[in-house]
Amino acid sequence: MTELAIEATGLAKSFGETKALAGVDLAVRPGSVLAVLGPNGAGKTTAVRILATLLRADAGTARVNGFDVRTQPGKVRESIGLTGQFASVDEDLTGTENLVMIGQLLDLSTRAARQRAAELLAWFDLTEAAGKVAKNYSGGMRRRLDLAASLVGRPQVIFLDEPTTGLDPAKREDMWDVVRSLVGDGSTVLLTTQYLEEADALADEITVMDHGRVIAHDTPNGLKRVVGGQRLTVRPADPARHDDLLGVLRDISGQAPEADGRGTVTVPVDGDDVLPDVVARLRAAGIAVDEFSLHLPSLDEVFFTLTGTRSRDNDEEALV
Amino acid sequence: MKKRFRLRPALVLCKRNLIKITRTPEQLIDVTLQPIIFLLLFLFVFGGAIAHGSRHDYLQFLLPGLIGQTIAMSSVSIGQNMNADIAKGVFDRFRSLPIARSVPLVGAVLADFFRYLLLCVILVGFGYALGFRITTSPTLLLAALGISICFALAFAWVSLWVGMTVRTAGAVQGVMFLLIFPLSFGSNAFVQASTMPGWLQAFVNVNPLSHLVSAVRGLLLGGPVGTQIGWTFAWIAGLLVVFFPLALRGYIRRT
Ligand SMILES: Nc1ncnc2c1ncn2[C@@H]1O[C@H](COP(=O)(O)OP(=O)(O)OP(=O)(O)O)[C@@H](O)[C@H]1O
Ligand SMILES: [Mg+2]
Repeated sequence: MTELAIEATGLAKSFGETKALAGVDLAVRPGSVLAVLGPNGAGKTTAVRILATLLRADAGTARVNGFDVRTQPGKVRESIGLTGQFASVDEDLTGTENLVMIGQLLDLSTRAARQRAAELLAWFDLTEAAGKVAKNYSGGMRRRLDLAASLVGRPQVIFLDEPTTGLDPAKREDMWDVVRSLVGDGSTVLLTTQYLEEADALADEITVMDHGRVIAHDTPNGLKRVVGGQRLTVRPADPARHDDLLGVLRDISGQAPEADGRGTVTVPVDGDDVLPDVVARLRAAGIAVDEFSLHLPSLDEVFFTLTGTRSRDNDEEALV
Repeated sequence: MKKRFRLRPALVLCKRNLIKITRTPEQLIDVTLQPIIFLLLFLFVFGGAIAHGSRHDYLQFLLPGLIGQTIAMSSVSIGQNMNADIAKGVFDRFRSLPIARSVPLVGAVLADFFRYLLLCVILVGFGYALGFRITTSPTLLLAALGISICFALAFAWVSLWVGMTVRTAGAVQGVMFLLIFPLSFGSNAFVQASTMPGWLQAFVNVNPLSHLVSAVRGLLLGGPVGTQIGWTFAWIAGLLVVFFPLALRGYIRRT
């Protein structure tokens, strides 16, 4: 038995000419959350599918909950719950029928399966829709039913492939709470995301992927130290005051602000302590603003710092 | 360390297929309306010409034949449905669960049992309304339906294999028809083999549908049936031995 809940070394997978994974290492301690961060086509889904025994790697080894994904897939499947990137619920069945079916397939008695289904439907706010066929669910409802389906067997290791894509902000927060409560119950979670903000909110460690490779692995704080902490983004109400705004922001952060060509100016700041100061100076200079926000670097900015190039959409690049 | 096959998961997925059928009952046309239409067409279009003018005699001869032919026709849908079904997300879910790989396929075949049962009941029932009479016993009628359904469930694996091999659901039908038409018309289902040229008789006599039809005919109308039942079960075993692994391999490859 290894002490890691998920351990992958040198995973490689090609689809014809496309190298989806080119030697990926992953490690997740039991009871912790690993966020795999990467742009479209980075290989996140491919990695998750290999770990969940849906795909076979061309090279490399992986163990989940101590079991080898290649030689002990049955044991791995007993340990995991998977919420794939695209909903894997049965569209022709109702919410209840979907969950009861999974419970029965997991060898719960029919009564236990019904009970677990009702419990999960309540938890995910689907009780009202429980008797409707999933075909008629909204995207967010389907996503939640899918997540519920992956939790029926109380798995020890949970894979969530972009769990919040397509959810509205309130539901996204709910999903984050779900992840936290799963970890609170002792589960290990590997989730993929395109948002540093989400990784920062949930993960104990972050692995950044691009082009089928790991380009960084760190704690959220460690990663933020490398890519810089928060960013302040300001847009003047009057475009003519753009240059004045650049001056004010440069004074405050001591670094060159970045203009995006659409009138918005972004500058790295140390924390929210600077906010009162910025507000005071803008008022003193008489600059009214349309937008004023503090946020973590976007994936694009993370990639710029880590690789020195803009993270382009890999899929688009492949088309060129 | 493969997961061993167990019956309960297959029954759970059988139930899934049955629920789907109740949501879209149109799926049952091939085992309800279709056999009735075939029965009417053959009886009234060819009946007069074939059995020297006696429609009743032809009906007695035709009904067992139609059981064989419509069973072959109705096998198309399982391959077609599975071909479309495995593209859906829920199969990712099945694959990530600790169940044997064959479970979704076996579940679909088990659900087909009810379709074939319906088909047999409708054919015999409608035949009765038109004047068909068994001359043996109700027990032998049950035996005839039993052997027909066993054959149907074995033949379903051919369709599943085709469904797992060709790319689109439409192509499943095309390929299956290429197989089913020679099998059902190159048999003793509609006319006596003795009226055919020698080379065709050679084919008719080894055709699995001929064996099934002869067995059913014997069980419903009397006459020696032992050999034909033996051949039919030999074919059932043969179909399973060859096409179960092929279909399963196709399914695993596909996913
Ligand atoms: N079944 C497949 N057949 C062919 N190519 C594939 C297949 N699956 C993935 N790929 C390719 O492998 C690469 C990695 O894909 P993957 O889905 O793992 O990326 P991802 O990081 O999950 O992206 P996204 O954020 O868009 O979900 C892509 O270039 C993709 O086109
Ligand atoms: Mg993906």
